[in-house]
Amino acid sequence: MNILLTLASRDLRQAWQSAGLWLPVAFLLLVASLYPFAVGPDAALLRRTGGGMLWIAALLASLLPVDRLVAPDRDAGVLDQIALRGIGEEMVVLARLIAHWLGFGPALMIATLPAAALLKLDGATIGLLEAGLLIGTPALAALGLLVATLTAGLRSSGALAGLLALPLAVPLLIFGAGTLGDGSGAALKFLGAASLLLVAITPFAGGAAVRAGRE
Amino acid sequence: MSRVGLHLSDVACVRGGRLLFRGVDLAMEPGGSALLKGPNGIGKSSLMRICAGLLRASAGTVDRHGRVALTDERLALDMEQPLGAALGFWARLDAAAPGALDAALAAMALEPLRQVPVRMLSTGQRKRAALARVIASGAPIWLLDEPGNGLDDAALELLGDAVAVHLAKGGIVIAASHQPVPLVTPVVLAMADFGAEDA
Repeated sequence: MNILLTLASRDLRQAWQSAGLWLPVAFLLLVASLYPFAVGPDAALLRRTGGGMLWIAALLASLLPVDRLVAPDRDAGVLDQIALRGIGEEMVVLARLIAHWLGFGPALMIATLPAAALLKLDGATIGLLEAGLLIGTPALAALGLLVATLTAGLRSSGALAGLLALPLAVPLLIFGAGTLGDGSGAALKFLGAASLLLVAITPFAGGAAVRAGRE
Repeated sequence: MSRVGLHLSDVACVRGGRLLFRGVDLAMEPGGSALLKGPNGIGKSSLMRICAGLLRASAGTVDRHGRVALTDERLALDMEQPLGAALGFWARLDAAAPGALDAALAAMALEPLRQVPVRMLSTGQRKRAALARVIASGAPIWLLDEPGNGLDDAALELLGDAVAVHLAKGGIVIAASHQPVPLVTPVVLAMADFGAEDA
């Protein structure tokens, strides 16, 4: 537990210092402000499509920091030094997942508020959007981290990471955006299930990828 | 330190489809030191990684008792952090005894640089920082890959002293280098003897 805290706090500090934390937030706000220019200022249209648009923006924003999640530490020998200390790769990836979500999930949820205002979303939709993001952002963080471990050390890993992650993100997008027009709460439950699955898989799959990348 | 030792028997290493070396035997007991010699690309670093458990031997067995500390050409320190804090992170992971880091910094004459960000350090100072991490770790087995690179005469002397102290305490030191390293009566492994040419 102590090791997990040490690793996660270091990862969070690294993310903070590399200024990567602002990137997803700025991206989300930019998309939200550009969207009305593209489809026109029709408030009804914006209200109907804005929530789904924000889900796509959140998904793409989660891919922005992927190339600095694992590769720099792998190249600098940090991952090897951690392994020497008998700390499992699963622990390393779990700590990184916690730090990555803390660095990007809450910030994205806060940025969603002004973005929703730009798209003229009503209060109920914003509530559903925030609830969906609360459940969905851990999965987006897990997915980004997973493809980061898989592509670390490859050339043009950023583009490859996008290609790998987007198909896997389809369920999150369907259920996430589905919550907005769904009164029964079923989409929210499916979103939770998809999110749980991704979060539970990532430490193990990511740990195996880090180990395999060492050979 | 409980039972400490490092035993390699008939170890071979294949990298990228090429046999680097084979038939390497090495038996290290507390207080023992070894020096791997040979030209670039002969497999010194790969053998170090095998000793550390980061790389699987293609054949043979590696029997290791005791924690390992490794220093290689990668610094693995956070560039923006002050030196003291960057090393402190590793000391926390090592659960190092309080004061171990201070002693290690003193041993490598790094105390005046404690507040300096790692990215401002020179090549030799970075190497000394990596060596300080090894000293602070308290691990009984030291694996030093090219420890003398970039060190000036004074720093080489500090390294020699640190190694001597570690060996006197019953530690094990394995160093790989193509240049002289201040080790006391090491077992010398000339890596060229294990090459693939005579296959």
